[in-house]
Order: sequence, then C-alpha cells, then structure tokens
Amino acid sequence: MKREVPLVITIVTGIVIIVTFVIPHNPFGTLQDRLTNWFIIVSGFTTLLGLDSLIQYHLVKIRDRRKESGYSIVLLLSFFITFALGLYSWIKFKSPLEPISPTGWIYNFVLLPLQGTMFAILAFFITSAAYRAFRVKSLESTLLLLTACLVMLARVPAGNWIWAQIAHLIGAVFHSVNGNQLAQTKVLSEPTNWVLAVPQMAAKRGINFGISLGAIAMSIRIILGVERTWLAS
Amino acid sequence: MRRSLFAVLVCLALPGPSRMRAQALVPVNQDSSPASPDATFQPFKFNMSAKDAPNDGGGYIDLEWNVFPLDSGTLETFAGYRVFRASKREGPFDSVGFTRPSGPQDSALSVTATYTDSVRDGKPFFYYVRAFGPAGFALSDTVGPAKSSAQWFHTRRLNFLLLAVLFGVLLILYIERAKKGKMFVRRIAGLDAIEDAVGRATEMGRPILFSFGLSVLNDVTTMAALSIFGRVARKSAEYATPLLCPNNDPLVMTAARETAKQAYTEAGRPDLYNETNISFLTSDQFGYAAGVDGIVMREKPGAVFWQGYFYAEALILAETGHSVGAIQIAGTTSIEQLPFFVVACDYTLIGEEMFAASSYLNPEPQMMGSLKGEDFLKAIIMILLIVLAVVGSIGVILSGAKGTSPLSQFFAKVVDWFTQV
Repeated sequence: MKREVPLVITIVTGIVIIVTFVIPHNPFGTLQDRLTNWFIIVSGFTTLLGLDSLIQYHLVKIRDRRKESGYSIVLLLSFFITFALGLYSWIKFKSPLEPISPTGWIYNFVLLPLQGTMFAILAFFITSAAYRAFRVKSLESTLLLLTACLVMLARVPAGNWIWAQIAHLIGAVFHSVNGNQLAQTKVLSEPTNWVLAVPQMAAKRGINFGISLGAIAMSIRIILGVERTWLAS
Repeated sequence: MRRSLFAVLVCLALPGPSRMRAQALVPVNQDSSPASPDATFQPFKFNMSAKDAPNDGGGYIDLEWNVFPLDSGTLETFAGYRVFRASKREGPFDSVGFTRPSGPQDSALSVTATYTDSVRDGKPFFYYVRAFGPAGFALSDTVGPAKSSAQWFHTRRLNFLLLAVLFGVLLILYIERAKKGKMFVRRIAGLDAIEDAVGRATEMGRPILFSFGLSVLNDVTTMAALSIFGRVARKSAEYATPLLCPNNDPLVMTAARETAKQAYTEAGRPDLYNETNISFLTSDQFGYAAGVDGIVMREKPGAVFWQGYFYAEALILAETGHSVGAIQIAGTTSIEQLPFFVVACDYTLIGEEMFAASSYLNPEPQMMGSLKGEDFLKAIIMILLIVLAVVGSIGVILSGAKGTSPLSQFFAKVVDWFTQV
C-alpha cells in the first residue's frame, strides 16, 4: 500500500499534466498552475523539515563533543541571532528585508561579501583545473590546449594587443607586408567564433538532444510506473 | 479657428458611426492621451480585425490592425493607439487599453499592431482603435461582434501530442521486445566505477560523500540522481562505510533519506542507517558550496559523488574533492558545468548517461526496453536532421536567400511545425 498509493498518484498526475498541456479549456487549462501552487505550498512546509534536520545535526555534534564541533556552535549561534534579529526587524521596520534593519545589514555586509568571496575562489579553481586539463599528454589534449589558448586570447583585450605587436613586428621584418593592415585582421576572433559556432555548438546540441530524450524517456518510465527506483519505501 | 473648422468638416465627412464616435471621444482623449489633437490625420485603412484568441482557456479577444504610417517609433510624431470597446455597435465605447509598437516600422501595410483584450466569455463586443499623436488622430472602422470562448484542443501543440504518442508507443514496443530477449547496452565507466569507489573509501577508512547539487525534486535529473544514490547507499551499507549527504533542498533531503533507509534495509543493515548523515545545509548557492567544501576538508571522504544539477559551484566542489584525494564520480545534465566535471573528476556521466543509470543498474526488460526505444527515436531524429539539412540547403541553393523555391517553403513549414508550441 505504501508503494501503490504514491505510484497511482504519480501515474494519474503525470497523465493529467500531459492532458492539460493540450487542453486549454477549464478545468484542465488552469490545473497545471494549481498543481504548481500546491507544490510550492508543500515545499514551504518542508523548509521546516530542513531546519529541524540542520539544528538536530549540529546539536548532536555538540552533545557528542565531536571533532571541530566549535563550527556547529558558531552555526547555531548565527542561526538563532539572525532569526531573532529577523523577528525584531519585522516588528520594528515592517519587513526583515528593509536595508536599514539589522537583517538588511547582515544581508548586505555579511552574506553578500561571503557569497562574493566564494564565487571569487572559482577563479583560482579554474586555473588549477585548467593546468591539469591542458597538460600535453596526447593529440586530443594538445588540440584542447591550442583551442583553449586561442579562445582565451580572443576573449581578452591582451590577445588583440599581442597580435598587434606581432603584426607590427612582421611588418618591420618583411617590408612587403603592411604591419598596420595585418594588425587589423581578425586573426583571433574569426577562428574563435567559428570554434564556438560550429564544433562546440554541434557537440552541445548533440548532448542536448541526448539529455532531452533521456529526460522524456525517464518521465514516461515514471508515468507508466516502469521506473520505481525513486519510490524508496 | 481654421484648424477647428477643418476638424468639423472632416468629422462631417466621416461615415455615420465613426462620426458619432469621433464626437463622443473627444473628452476620453483629453483625459487619457498625452496630447489633445484637434485635427484628424490623413484617412488610413486600418483593416482591423477582432477574433477570439486561439488556443486559450477563454477570456481574451485578439485585435489586429495595420500600423499607422506615422508610427515610426518617435513620440514627436506619433503617440500610439488607444483601443475602445462597446457591447453594442452604436456604443457607448469605453477606452480599454493603450498600445504602441516598440520599434520603428518600415512599412505601414506590411506590419501589424496587436492588442489582446480581457473580456467575459460568450458576450459580443465591438472595437475600434484611435491612432493619435500631437498633430492629430485617426479612427479605424468599428469591428465586431467578437466573442471569446475556451478551446478544447491546443492546435499548435499537436506536434507535442503526436511526438509524445510516437515516443510512448516506441517505448512500449521495445519494452515488449526486451521481455523476449537480452539487449546489449554499452559499458558506462562512471556507473561501473561506483563499487570500486565505495570499496576504495572503505579500504581507506573514510566516509563517502554524495551531493545532489542544487537539484530540486521536480527535476527529472534529481530522479535519475536518486536512483544512483540508492545504489551508492546500498553499497555503503554492504561495506559498512558512512554515507554523508548534505542537501540544498529539504524535499530532496526527505527523498534521499527514504531512499537510503530502503537501501540499508535491503542490504540487511538497517542498524547502520544514520538519518542525521543526510542533512539539510542551506538553500543558498554559495553557502551550500562553502558548507560542502567544509565537510570535504574536515571529513576527507574517500569517494565523492556529484550527481544532479549544478551551477557555478560545480568546479569549487569538484576541485575541493580532488584536493583531498577522493575518487570522484560526477554526473549532470547541466551542459555548462560538464567540462568542469570532466576536468576535475575521475568519471563523469554525460547528460543522458545519468538517465540511463537506473536501467543500467537494474537491467530489467522494461528498463532496458525504454533505453532502446530512446535510442531508436534518437536515430529517427538524426536521420530527420540530415534529411532536413540537405533539403534546406538545396532549397537555398535553388532560390537564393529569399527562400522562394518549393523546397525552401517545405523546409520552413517543417521547421515551423516542429518549433511551434
């Protein structure tokens, strides 16, 4: 029964959603929006589940005096202080999102800089990952290295500057070549645009086809009740 | 004085109903228009039409008319169109809306302006528009009656229905075929490596970390990731290795807990199941990345699974996993993040391989059949793409860029049919 009921709900809901997509007449036309609203309401309640899990996890860590449980104390203190200040801001400023409220201050001067810092770390990780990926080990990795260098150079102002210097140097060495004219040619941007528009786009679209068909097949399997791995208990 | 006289003469020259409208509308215009023109523009054929909005649940009427010659996108010469509506042809008409095309128009006859009016179903309505600017105004003929109604079939979604039926039939056919005999599926290294990864973590005495990324439960990718999670949980139960799963979405956390509980029970080790190991972290993207990175650095997992939908945090997570020497198996349907995972992880499930995971891990006839049906449809799409590319190219060669040859027109119709929603 614990398996059958969710399965029936899934099958009926899946078929109804497909039907509502092609029947705009009421009550079908608005049914999808209504179901989406139900989902949002249910999701709202599950936030409480999430908070319960978070607090329990860290309380257990502190109780058991596990290694580095100090972080858990910091997290719980931050949580409860922010929550209390949110309530205070709500009463005093009518909204916890008001920029001059304490929670507005926390958001602007603590949360946003922390988010920015995490995002900025990505630059360093890209460098370390690129270093590993671009090592010349085979023909494929060499091609990848050359293409990546070309695309990166074409995307930064320094790339055009480097090409201009090379063009002027060629012009100075070979008098038959006009260095200024050569510097104007789109040696970097044209091949880069081609790489992005043709081979890269072809690969992306191929993967996209696979993903879309895979998602459709998975959805049909779920709707028909063939796919039951998500039905845990 | 001369302008007023001219306006009166023009109003007298207009046909009956329009004249009545023009006289009745002067106060409305003074209230609602940015200017108070007192002279009419040159006569203009609006060719206005009012029709029930197609393929909707009712409540809307679509209006369409030729754009006015002064509609060049500059407010100095032209302000816009005011739409008037009445339940009777003779009025009284009320202003129901205002519209103006956003950009310059090249030709008044080739481009049309539109307005969708919200009305009650089944009731007849009459419309006209008033094109106006600082220098004057022009009125269209009254059109109607137009009634709105709800439709029982969305004709522009016939393509979706036919393809869904075709795909469904193909899947059922292949499922039936799979029941009769064994089907071949190529090896997927990332899925084969699950046992090795769990075994390695066990040998090293380290936990396993599984992340769904920023996936939400109503995403099919999450469903696919859950089936992989089930397999990982079962293996971790068999090897008695702790499984950590920090979550970004409370609903996904709940589903993951249920899946893990079931897997531990099936493996005969329900005692090892620890609910607090599958926890909620935060819904914030970079907060989640920071939290998971912290767990990776503290717990130093021997195996890490990044399965689900990831955004910019993908490389931050995968590089941290790499830095602690964990074997990493990633899988995502986010094309932008795939290269990062390919670079930073030992194995990567690329897009559709994630969806094939449940069939691959549970090779039952129904599951394998659906995989084969998917492949067959992919082959049809590939053939269709090649044929259409050839047809479209020949059409362009025969007729140039204008696309006037029958082949070009056929190509345009097929593309339109496939892309209409």
